[in-house]
Amino acid sequence: MEGFRYLKGVSTLNLNAEACVGCGMCTTVCPHGVFKMNSRKAQIVDHDGCMECGACTANCPSEAISVSPGVGCAAYIIQSWIKGQENAACGGPGCC
Amino acid sequence: MLEQKEPCCETQASACQCGDTPNLKPLFTSAIDDDVCCGPPAGPASSSYEKAGYAVWHFVEDFVETPAGQAPRVKTRMEFPDILHTAKVRLGIHRNNYKVAPGLYCVGNPDSSAPVLVTANYKLSFDTLRQELSGLDAWLLVVDTRGINVWCAAGKGTFSTQEVVHRVNQIGLAKIVEHRQIILPQLAATGTSARHVKKGCGFEVIWGPVRADDIKAFLAAGKEATPHMRQVTFTLKERLVLIPVELSFIPQYALWIILGLFVLSGIGSHIFSFEVAWTRGIMTTVALIGGILAGAVVVPALLPWIPGVAFAVKGALTGLVAGLIVALYFWSQSTLLESLALLFCTSALSSFMAMNFTGSTPYTSPSGVEKEMRKAIPLQALAGLIALVTWIGAAFAS
Repeated sequence: MEGFRYLKGVSTLNLNAEACVGCGMCTTVCPHGVFKMNSRKAQIVDHDGCMECGACTANCPSEAISVSPGVGCAAYIIQSWIKGQENAACGGPGCC
Repeated sequence: MLEQKEPCCETQASACQCGDTPNLKPLFTSAIDDDVCCGPPAGPASSSYEKAGYAVWHFVEDFVETPAGQAPRVKTRMEFPDILHTAKVRLGIHRNNYKVAPGLYCVGNPDSSAPVLVTANYKLSFDTLRQELSGLDAWLLVVDTRGINVWCAAGKGTFSTQEVVHRVNQIGLAKIVEHRQIILPQLAATGTSARHVKKGCGFEVIWGPVRADDIKAFLAAGKEATPHMRQVTFTLKERLVLIPVELSFIPQYALWIILGLFVLSGIGSHIFSFEVAWTRGIMTTVALIGGILAGAVVVPALLPWIPGVAFAVKGALTGLVAGLIVALYFWSQSTLLESLALLFCTSALSSFMAMNFTGSTPYTSPSGVEKEMRKAIPLQALAGLIALVTWIGAAFAS
């Protein structure tokens, strides 16, 4: 996403190249072009572009990708600090 | 007649379309001219699509027959009620309860080979999609995301594998189309697994473009997306529409805070003065409004051009500028300490408001936001405290 870069080196995204079966699904579903195919293996080409949405892990057939998914929303995180992860509501006033 | 009845008639399924439908025809089709009665002549008869207990949406053109019951054919043009409600939702009014019923809809004259486009049952999502479909013949499968837009629903788990599988099976999509493909918006991938959908209902998921306005080009290219269609954007227009909702998040107790600041502003070496409370209270109110505008309006609008990566930093910078303007405006009637207090107040508030905008952007990771918050919140609190102490102290110093 041109013109919009967020904090570097924070994403929990991880790719296990050995487990990758080369289907390319991650390159399709990622909304930030984080992956590219390179000789039948997926490769992370923009780690800092990852927003941890979790689309890649949900659609990887061989569990080669791991990420701790969530919403990058300050209001939600404040709620999870106060009320705990389970009770934090994304929605209502304050979030999407 | 009885032996011709289909099984669904026995079970009295609501979608049952078998048998003749002469009863649906209205008794009177033209307006009734009756000069005995008072008032204007009666309007046209009820449409044959009306059903007791249901209301037909204005965006429904008519209903088409399918092997699995009737499906509403929807208009691809926005009309006044759509535009009005979109405006209301964008202003934050009833935005959490704006839904259409899940199920099968269509546009144009789709047949058994027409593409099936899946979307959320948030009316804004539904409208965004249908207005891009003029001239197309397609089925629209609306899944129950509890009235939440595609991406947020996928993140929350309401646009899920289970829901897609359930809805495909419930409406009997396999009876309506010959092919076994459904087109999902790419952003649903966060909550939906293509291979599990295939396992659950036999339909292959084709990942459609991120934005509905690419759907025509996507279909024309043989369901192939360009790299641009696969990536989210955050254009000026996309950012500007979010601002009213950002402002609607300001809590109602903000009014009490302002009232409290008026009272606080009256305290000084003279113990308490209503006159001072009024003049200084106005200064704090202007500083608060300046901080809110700097953080919740200026930061979203000018996002890519404001220096800094962290939103708290961007907000602090715009807040500093707003604070300088506020301080200069009140320069002749305030002391240096007071100007400093106004500056700190505006910066801290703007920084906090800007940080809260992270939830509305399509590129901030939760790990990043949390890291930013852990650093920024103590500093924002400190700046707020400095503003408060300096403001009260200034009244005693003068």
